[in-house]
Amino acid sequence: MKTNNLPDKIVWSTCNVNCGSRCPVRLHVKNGIVVRVGTDNTKQGSSGTQQIRACLRGRGIRKWIYSPERLLYPMKRVGKRGEGRFARITWDQAFEEIASKLESIIAQYGNEAIYRNYGTGNLGGVVSHHNQIEKLMNVLGGMLNYHNSYSTAQIFQAMTYLYGKKDTGNYISDMVNSKLVVLFGNNTAETRMSGGGTVRDLVLAKKNKNARVIVIDPLYTDTVTGFADEWIPIRPGTDAALAAAIAHVLIINDMVDNDFLTRYTIGYDKSSMPEDIPEGNSYKEYILGSGADGIPKTPEWASVITGIPAKRILELAYEIGGTKPVYIAQGWGPQRHANGEQTARAICMLPILTGNVGIKGGNSGDREASFGIDWPTIPVGENRVKTSIPCFLWTKAIENHKEFTALNSGLREKKRLQVPIKFLWCFASNALINQHSDINHTHEILQNESKCEMIVLIDNIMSSSAKYADILLPGTSSFEERDLSYQGYAVEMGALFIREKAIEPMGECLTLFDICAGIARQMGKEKQFTHGMNHDQWVEYMYHQCRKIKPRLPKDFSKALEQGFYKWPRDGKPFTGLASFRKNPEKYPLATPSGKIEIFSSLLWKMSQTWELPEGDSIQALPEYLPTWGTPGKKDAALYPLQLVGHHYKQRTHSTYGNNEWLKEASPQSLWINPMDAESRGIVHGDLVKVFNDIGTTLVRAKVTPRIMPGVLSLPQGAWYNPDQKGIDQGGCINILTSQRPSPIAKGNPQHTNLVQVVKEKQNNV
Amino acid sequence: MFKTPAFFIDMQICTGCKTCMVACKDKNDLAQGIRWRRVYEFCGGDWVKGDDETFTQNVFAYYISMGCNHCKDPACVEACPSCAMHKDASGMVLIDPKKCVGCRYCEWVCPYSAPQFDVSNGIMTKCDFCQELIHEGKKPCCVEACPTHALSFGDYDELEALHGRKTIIAPLPSPEMTAPNLIIVPPKKAQSPDNTQGLIQNPEEVKNE
Repeated sequence: MKTNNLPDKIVWSTCNVNCGSRCPVRLHVKNGIVVRVGTDNTKQGSSGTQQIRACLRGRGIRKWIYSPERLLYPMKRVGKRGEGRFARITWDQAFEEIASKLESIIAQYGNEAIYRNYGTGNLGGVVSHHNQIEKLMNVLGGMLNYHNSYSTAQIFQAMTYLYGKKDTGNYISDMVNSKLVVLFGNNTAETRMSGGGTVRDLVLAKKNKNARVIVIDPLYTDTVTGFADEWIPIRPGTDAALAAAIAHVLIINDMVDNDFLTRYTIGYDKSSMPEDIPEGNSYKEYILGSGADGIPKTPEWASVITGIPAKRILELAYEIGGTKPVYIAQGWGPQRHANGEQTARAICMLPILTGNVGIKGGNSGDREASFGIDWPTIPVGENRVKTSIPCFLWTKAIENHKEFTALNSGLREKKRLQVPIKFLWCFASNALINQHSDINHTHEILQNESKCEMIVLIDNIMSSSAKYADILLPGTSSFEERDLSYQGYAVEMGALFIREKAIEPMGECLTLFDICAGIARQMGKEKQFTHGMNHDQWVEYMYHQCRKIKPRLPKDFSKALEQGFYKWPRDGKPFTGLASFRKNPEKYPLATPSGKIEIFSSLLWKMSQTWELPEGDSIQALPEYLPTWGTPGKKDAALYPLQLVGHHYKQRTHSTYGNNEWLKEASPQSLWINPMDAESRGIVHGDLVKVFNDIGTTLVRAKVTPRIMPGVLSLPQGAWYNPDQKGIDQGGCINILTSQRPSPIAKGNPQHTNLVQVVKEKQNNV
Repeated sequence: MFKTPAFFIDMQICTGCKTCMVACKDKNDLAQGIRWRRVYEFCGGDWVKGDDETFTQNVFAYYISMGCNHCKDPACVEACPSCAMHKDASGMVLIDPKKCVGCRYCEWVCPYSAPQFDVSNGIMTKCDFCQELIHEGKKPCCVEACPTHALSFGDYDELEALHGRKTIIAPLPSPEMTAPNLIIVPPKKAQSPDNTQGLIQNPEEVKNE
């Protein structure tokens, strides 16, 4: 006879990682153990009430909760940073050591020497959120800030110069009003996988109206397999050249929307240039070749750069110019390059030239927008330190703060950094080593313990970064604590999740709140930090804050907890970005200096004359194509002839779940390589290959596939760095090959700009 | 209960996310190497380099999620020497673990690789259509998991009436072999079964160990 399989209880929780979506998981618990994972099974009807079905990562979560890499006790490093040798300590000892170091660093260097590193491994919690560390530090006088993200540094800043703000897109559901959809590097099917989110909205829009979808990407992505009518492969980092050539065809064939350009933009031609700008700097002059470089940006010119035949570029231009409305959107891959700010703006030129901005069925060229209810976050108090660094430059702030200035490194609120980073907080952050560029260089910086004197890392798992911690603290997983979560990327609904603790904390795991409270207690600031409440009381307090926004939520918290989650259909027409500006640009001007779309950015023009840039970098006022370092044809091309990108991969969310055996079985790490490049190197599918450049080396299995353009490789980002004794990575981690050189404007991470070579690793051939 | 339970896949909205596969593993507690539901990546096409450093191509790729098709003429049942593999009254192809001797004949004859060998117990295992859920009036786990709702199930005749019987695409075997209870909406780039260009691109992700 079968034993009784019924669970003792079924508990609502959520998968809290940074895919940007947020999915409920229903945890079946028996004898205190999660025995099965379900997802949203609630009734669904019209748009906005669809089930938020978790993707494979949420469904595979048992293997992660109970993985052998779980951290169970507070530990202190005994080997060198990175070796992963630790000794168990008590929580009291951990709190004492952290408190005493914080005190001495603050006394010697001030609060600006303390920094919380970027990290998004647990982003979905409301009380268990990294802003608890901000709150603790604000109680203690503050810490150094950061701006940007590793996801969007280049595009967000680019959109600000062009449109005066970020997030200017239409909802993807607006595709039902479009006659043509053109997606640049926008892989919704793998980056927005939730059944309640963008991919589902894309399915419905495509099913309902079946607008033609063209995807322009170096990879034949899962979005192409799922939705596209056509794939146009393009060399990474060259989208701006394609955009310029399309612009050329549109301009010489009189297919641009002149009325739109005149009323809504500056810098298109001589007639709308800002004062005091020399002749030859308008966009039209750049495109037609009467500008400084003298090159007409014809399809023939772009074909050599992009790898797309001139005839196809011409046809695409006619298709875009001859159809209206057209939904042109970009993902965040094209911008994660050394010329990413340029590319992001250049793609937007297509809807601008054709007047597709701010209309139904059109789009600004930005990424599709998403809906969300504006839920509250925990109050963190005021940070008395105002100085802010671009998050990508934290290693420079440790290594070389004296050379860290506003004009060379994008420092904000100060002209020059006055103290180095001496104390690093990391919460659910694998950006300490794995997700930051140039692992070997980061390793070297962290080896010098007199530079950054203490690293405190809080996580659930012994990640690659955890091995670099001085004090390593086990946080409760999302399933071992009560908390709230809010909706993620979705278009048609908002949501509030009220998560119950499913299982008891493993080992000696504590919530982030309890960890911070313990340190505050040690420093005599407990009351200021906790306000007299414990973790669960804060959850309930935040729930009642949510009720101020949605007053019909039950007054009784326990009822809400039992219900698990609530959805609110957006209940509106497809949203159009920049609609009010389009309707009345005089009344609703953009936040650019001119109030208009700045094709020629006067701010960037000024920066191009004042900012200090390394040789080879430049800042352009126009959205020109800018070949940079790491572009084929540059000096390293003979040694390293292949471009390498790192697409987001379903096995992980960034690096989170990178150790999950079920997910690794379903989608193992591999290097995508075109048969042309594989054959010439004697590589066959499944071979172990060595990928290398001057920065580092990694070993990984080859996936020989026509789904990637010749001359281009992709090593899906986020695989766990696993070096041998010589520092050769065995894990297929792309950041052993990426550069710490930032992009010129945003000082963002150009992690798709890489040149490498690949060879068969014969000894380990299978 | 359906007269003839069948799976349905709308391959025009399947993105190959593999949620069905992992949800199945979780629900059935499957060990490493046992895949009751597999997602095949079928792909092919040629690249041609032009004189001007440009490329043209005719690449196609699509995913096929495959559990057991609980065939009308199941080759596994016919091949099983111990009568462990059988078709039950509800039309599901099931294994009696007490009778299975682990000879793996069913694995060899099934054109869909549905029977999966469990090394630790020395017997075959396979998709049971989540029969206990079906009997409770619920959906199979994989169907309820599918984020894009590409995967569904129902009565074969009803599904066929609705969508037609278009199961003849590469790399699926001819339905004449086992009369699978599977209805699909073919992907846009569906290749004919005699296609010789395409390959299953992910053998390591679908093989039984």
